[in-house]
Amino acid sequence: MKAQELLKKWKETTLAKVIARFPERKTEFKTGGNLPIPNVALPAEVDENYTSTLGMPGEYPYTRGIQPTMYRGRFWTMRQYAGFSTAKESNERYRYLLSQGTKGLSVAFDLPTQIGYDSDDKMSIGEVGKVGVAIDTLADMEVLFDQIPLDKISTSMTINAPAAVLLCMYVAVAEKQGVKAEQVNGTIQNDILKEYIARGTYIYPPKESLRIITDIFEWCGQHTPSFNTISISGYHIREAGSTAVEEVALTLANACTYVDKALEAGLDIDVFAKRLAFFFNASNDLFEEVAKFRAARRMWAKIMKEKYKAKDPKSWMLRFHTQTAGNTLTAQQIDNNIVRVTIQALSSVLGGTQSLHTNSRDEALSLPTTESVQIALRTQQIIAHESGVANTIDPLAGSFFVEQLTDDIELKANKIMQDIEDAGGVVAAINDGFVQRIIEDSAYEYQMEIERKDRVIVGVNKFVVKENKKPETMKLDPAVEKNQNAALKHIKQTRNNDRVSETLNELRTAAKGTANLMPFILAAVKEYASIGEISNVLRDEFGEFVSKSI
Amino acid sequence: MVKYRVLIGKPGLDGHDRGAKFIARLLRDEGFEVIYTGIRHSAEEIASVAVSEDVAAIGLSSLSGAHLKFFPDVVSELKSRDASDIRVLGGGVIPDEDIPILIESGVETIFTPGAPAADIVASFRKACEAHQKENEGNY
Repeated sequence: MKAQELLKKWKETTLAKVIARFPERKTEFKTGGNLPIPNVALPAEVDENYTSTLGMPGEYPYTRGIQPTMYRGRFWTMRQYAGFSTAKESNERYRYLLSQGTKGLSVAFDLPTQIGYDSDDKMSIGEVGKVGVAIDTLADMEVLFDQIPLDKISTSMTINAPAAVLLCMYVAVAEKQGVKAEQVNGTIQNDILKEYIARGTYIYPPKESLRIITDIFEWCGQHTPSFNTISISGYHIREAGSTAVEEVALTLANACTYVDKALEAGLDIDVFAKRLAFFFNASNDLFEEVAKFRAARRMWAKIMKEKYKAKDPKSWMLRFHTQTAGNTLTAQQIDNNIVRVTIQALSSVLGGTQSLHTNSRDEALSLPTTESVQIALRTQQIIAHESGVANTIDPLAGSFFVEQLTDDIELKANKIMQDIEDAGGVVAAINDGFVQRIIEDSAYEYQMEIERKDRVIVGVNKFVVKENKKPETMKLDPAVEKNQNAALKHIKQTRNNDRVSETLNELRTAAKGTANLMPFILAAVKEYASIGEISNVLRDEFGEFVSKSI
Repeated sequence: MVKYRVLIGKPGLDGHDRGAKFIARLLRDEGFEVIYTGIRHSAEEIASVAVSEDVAAIGLSSLSGAHLKFFPDVVSELKSRDASDIRVLGGGVIPDEDIPILIESGVETIFTPGAPAADIVASFRKACEAHQKENEGNY
């Protein structure tokens, strides 16, 4: 077929449908020198191989992007992950970010919150408010989203084991703002499998954790249809040291596990699958990263259509958030990190991400300063508004090299997914350490390359300079823990403690049976039961996962 | 030649253990006997395992900003077990200004991002040699 025919057909069908509702940013796109820019560039002749492996944007298998307009319609969501100290201070940072042009929030919680401990638990000592904001009860969430309209702003929450609790708090805050549950928009990470593999904030054993996740899928399908119920994350797997191929393989293997569990629970694939979101890492190897995003999209489309027989095209689309690679940031010559982040951010845009967080230059030293956060956001804005890369769709398609890499990543990732299946599936492969070993071996090899100087890290093992002036770093208020505990104590004294006990007992009964836990958690949250109290009920009933020592 | 025993620990709630696992494997490759406790241990647990496993040195890793709490806690837990001969080394995302505080509390050395593996191995070796010297006859 002539490319012009394919293009015409695509414009009249797939593109026309979307443009009617969401027009493009400009009526005409031109280069800096006024050359015309096409929606999507094509080879002169398009054969069967082209349509089956690449296709058109917004069409199966989505290698070239999930929307027919991509960034010609609107840019990716610039979503900066932030949160520290108390809800009040984080709220100020969010309102600053919104005033500077970020389009969605991304909440970082402290470790006690992420592992379901109250700030006054003895396990929390030393960790309160450190890597994110401390949330104990609904009262903290009310402060966190003060003056932020939850019907307009979408919020991503990096929360896994206690995701159900934080989602219920979010819905409860929205209700207090007069926003209905069905209007709220955002994402909970809720990806427990990668916590066992790479990130570490698990609470309960896999079986019980997967039950909670399936409960969330079901409840959200009925109550919060616009909320992404999970963000299946390769990001942390990559940060832990995997290669790009392993990142794709392990992420999609985990995704299949969630789909299997939801199907076992009797959920309809075409209801829950379109609320599955993904989260990938963008590292330094520009072309490999672009190819990785493209390969992941094609693989997921095939899996959903061919293996799981999903019917709705929305179920086939891999929608993903990207964050630049924290592990590539150096503590030496920190301004060099701005350049690294630029390359990484560019790879995710060339790879068709839906949203992006750019890391700040000083994150190998501490939480970022406000100035560093601004540079990180400006990096995205320069790519969006000045570089021109967002004016045509999938600009690297057809590059012999990028297409070869895309095919190669798909092939090798499929092989690893098969190995995991042969090892009895993801849960079995986690339990016997198979998955963890894949990552550890790659991490060790990478680090040894640096030690041998086979891999150059500028400013670390080559081009080293003596730095006399130390950069300003962000300092946290040491009184956070004390203040947070005082606030929690006050809440526990002033709430209706009889209602708290009742709702917690009802949750316990539900946990012993098979009922969906979400309505019980929501009821407890609304009575200001704390995250620790709710999680402890489930700890009693479900037990705790303990990592093996080696 | 003696095989030095060391323990690598992750105190607190921090789950970032890429660095800890790398050091554990590196030291093993360099001939040490290494116990890695896994993530999420209290200072008390780490000190107690160190004593019962009779290690010469402990390497602590923290990336969550809680080092000022946990590293000194491990030192004092060792002291309360009459095991101050066990050397404590630390690493992670640790601001420069915190290093003298940690050293003052009894931590031997702190490694920050980008520290060469050879330096880390040499420090563990030195710590173990010092421990051996102090416990002559028991080795």
